[in-house]
Amino acid sequence: MGLESSKWAIIFLVCWLYKNVSCNSVEQKIYVELNNTVPCVRLLNATHQIGCQSSISGDTGVIHVLESEEDLEWPLSKGPNPPYMVLLESSLFTRSIMMKMKNESNRVAGVAVVVPNTSPPEFSPHTTCPNENTGVYSDNYGPNLAHCNTTVWNPRGNGLSYEEFDFPVFSLKEDNETEFIKQCYLDHNRAVNGSAPQYPLCAMQLFSHMHAVTNTPTCMRRNDINFSINPEMVCDPLGDYNVWGSIRPYNDTVFGHKENESVVIAAARLDSRAFFWEVSTGAEGSVSGFVTLLAAAQALREVTHEAPPTRNILFAFFQGETFDYIGSSRMVYDMENGKFVIDLDNIHSVLEIGQVALHSGNNLFLHSDPVSRRNNTVNDVVKNLVNNLQSSTAGLGFLLVEPNVSQPLPPSSLQRFLRAQPIPGIVLADHESAFNNRYYESFYDNAANLNLTYPSDLSPEEQLEFVTHTAESLTDVATVVARALYKQAGGDESRVNTIKADPKIVTQMLYGFLVSSNNSWFQAVMAPELKNILKPSPPEYYVGVAMSSTPTRLVQYLLANLTGAATNLTQSQCQKPDELPNESRQMYSYLWVQGIVPPNSTERDSFCVRASVRLTKAVSPAFELGEYASKDYSTWTESRWKFIKARIFLVASRDLEMLTLGVGVAVLFTSLLVTYFISTKADVLFSSTREPASAAY
Amino acid sequence: MTASVFFGCTFIAFGPAIALFLFTIARDPLRVIFLIAGAFFWLCSLLLSSLVWFITVQISNKESSSQQKGLLIFGVVLSVLLQETCRFGYYKLLKKANEGLLMLSAEETMPISIRQLAYVSGLGFGFMSGAFSMVNILADSVGPGTIGIHGDSQHYFLSSAFMTMAIILLHMFWGVVFFDSCEKQHWWSLAVVVISHLLVSCLTFQNPQYVGSLVPTYIIVFLVGLWAFFCSGGSLRNLKLCLTCKDKDFLLANHRPR
Repeated sequence: MGLESSKWAIIFLVCWLYKNVSCNSVEQKIYVELNNTVPCVRLLNATHQIGCQSSISGDTGVIHVLESEEDLEWPLSKGPNPPYMVLLESSLFTRSIMMKMKNESNRVAGVAVVVPNTSPPEFSPHTTCPNENTGVYSDNYGPNLAHCNTTVWNPRGNGLSYEEFDFPVFSLKEDNETEFIKQCYLDHNRAVNGSAPQYPLCAMQLFSHMHAVTNTPTCMRRNDINFSINPEMVCDPLGDYNVWGSIRPYNDTVFGHKENESVVIAAARLDSRAFFWEVSTGAEGSVSGFVTLLAAAQALREVTHEAPPTRNILFAFFQGETFDYIGSSRMVYDMENGKFVIDLDNIHSVLEIGQVALHSGNNLFLHSDPVSRRNNTVNDVVKNLVNNLQSSTAGLGFLLVEPNVSQPLPPSSLQRFLRAQPIPGIVLADHESAFNNRYYESFYDNAANLNLTYPSDLSPEEQLEFVTHTAESLTDVATVVARALYKQAGGDESRVNTIKADPKIVTQMLYGFLVSSNNSWFQAVMAPELKNILKPSPPEYYVGVAMSSTPTRLVQYLLANLTGAATNLTQSQCQKPDELPNESRQMYSYLWVQGIVPPNSTERDSFCVRASVRLTKAVSPAFELGEYASKDYSTWTESRWKFIKARIFLVASRDLEMLTLGVGVAVLFTSLLVTYFISTKADVLFSSTREPASAAY
Repeated sequence: MTASVFFGCTFIAFGPAIALFLFTIARDPLRVIFLIAGAFFWLCSLLLSSLVWFITVQISNKESSSQQKGLLIFGVVLSVLLQETCRFGYYKLLKKANEGLLMLSAEETMPISIRQLAYVSGLGFGFMSGAFSMVNILADSVGPGTIGIHGDSQHYFLSSAFMTMAIILLHMFWGVVFFDSCEKQHWWSLAVVVISHLLVSCLTFQNPQYVGSLVPTYIIVFLVGLWAFFCSGGSLRNLKLCLTCKDKDFLLANHRPR
């Protein structure tokens, strides 16, 4: 009994000790880990790789804070301690500096960019002609319009996101860590009067080793190698889910052409990107578009229940459009191959909402495709749609204008529909030719770009409810879109003026998508098991590879709550609605949402929403067909990596290191010699005349 | 810092110990066994002292730095005393084992003398002590960085290596002196061993003034080494004979069977 209890006591003691151990090790004296860094990762397509790469054991370089473009001489040619890790302010993060460093990349170990809180005047790392090879314009279709020959959509684009760098590029925030780095540089690395700085020098090491190389066919082939039980994957295709919903529900199991079914499609895109991995905010680029469409869907809910229009209206939100139209190409492919609830012949017309939040002046523009409009039938439907749109702006303070020159469609999902079949369509945008967005596909395209400001004395809940100017203008656009869609779908003309979008809903959506997604309204509309995706910061709009992008889920649940109906079903009935007589999972999707917290209560009022909202897979058809070198479909993949981290420390001179090694070898040799000498002479050395005769060695 | 610093510091710290092991211990399996047993005894003492120190740290006030410093000094003193206690315990065990071995073995003489046991056990203590002092520092010296970003001295690795070498040699010398004074019941020389161990450990509180801790330590190494040399049967006459290579006649005259 005593032994048993003492054994337990010892086990308990050991466990308690193990829990309480804290390390004060040598490593903490050497390295300072940088925690708030974002890397640039490698992406691959059918022919190229883009992005950044470090070597497998990290890239170490002596820190150099760049002061101007002329100062580049020091790391690139004059500096005596290559390789250098160049620290850039965001104003110096330009194409010319990055290209110069790319050319001398044996002296540059990496780049760290300090991203400030205020935006520069303009910055767009995307190309000048987005998605130019996968749109509808090519040498066979409108050759004079292809490759941005008539209109350059993103003239400010410097194409940095599509360059390949063989050193790592990380971004740092402007906080205490960056101050510490700059202080370390000032203390150790400054050259005094042109002479070389003395060792030890302050250095930084960046780890961002990417497994995939060359292009997508190569990395997909390497994915398939099955040497062991756990095959190593090197890359993953980009993709997520598209969200679609309709006024009249479709049976989710019946695919292909539907007789006598004519559908008006209202489309918007969900995603955007930035130079660095995942930090994409896409305020003007994508959020403005899909928030307007969600508000229009909500505005149409009541009137389409009371006076249903002749044609069905399908709201489609496409993911992955930034990367050669992943979502829309997949939906068109599904429609062509009878894997979607309707097919291309069922489409009457398409209205797409592009970037709509930055209208300078009082006009928004209606872009259409001049090549398909040469066909009279298509042209008539487009003209009808333009009329519907223009007449819907009555009393709203702005006009919808067609551009006066014949120019192509801006980069939009409609281009993929036109690639398959000439379908009448309009893209609504705030720019007549070049984008108004000065930060297209960059990390500065955030709430500040939309002038989304709140009075400073409001709490977060009050900010959620506060109707900003941006929200009001987007509400007006949503009203126009809703009215035009209703008219286009053949609805009752007398009811059109009752359709109004709700500014409160628009401002709550703008707050949730651009400021903080963890607010009370988003919590109320989401499912309980998904509430962890809500964070105090805005969600990331990068499409990613994990098939679990936050904006997709948010838009799915918002669309369901805004266009669907609340039911009385219990939670278990919500999961198995087919047992009830009037409910069918094939026609609707049933989502259990958290609901609001009523006053004087702590429990949420959860309920079951029935909506005709579905998710469809948005992975490029190239991966379904196995055509990894496809020129028709998006072939973008993202490389995998083991870990990404950054740290700073001091480095000693090579001479000191060699001296240490020399001393060590000398000590070893000396001690070997001395010991050999002593051990052979041990009899003599350690004998003593007082020793008894029987001792032996 | 890099591989060169790693190897340099390893050779500095463990060079003499490796040389001693290779030339004097590796050939004889019995000596190897006693070496490892000695290392194990040192490890026991470390375990006990770290247990006590850990509990006292948890109980104490973590914010007060003077209390933490006091606790550290207490921990060092306690650890030294426990090491010497374990050395004494090992001595007692070896005496008993020797009698038992003698009874079991076929030969009439002891296979290993108490003097050799003293040397081997001291070296075992030294190996384990050096390993615990040095291995985590060596592991961090492989990386690209060196100490200093928070303002500490750059010579940390080198001075740790030299200190470890000194400690290993000291443990070996202390082992010899300790066992010899236990055999001869000279309790005062036992006390001097313990006091010199305490002195060397407390000298390390001078760090990061590495000169202030290393120079006195090496003086103590030299002095204790001399004392161990005389304890183990050496004398100035033997040394002179060896060095002037007149030992061949001496050997022939005093030849004893190995």
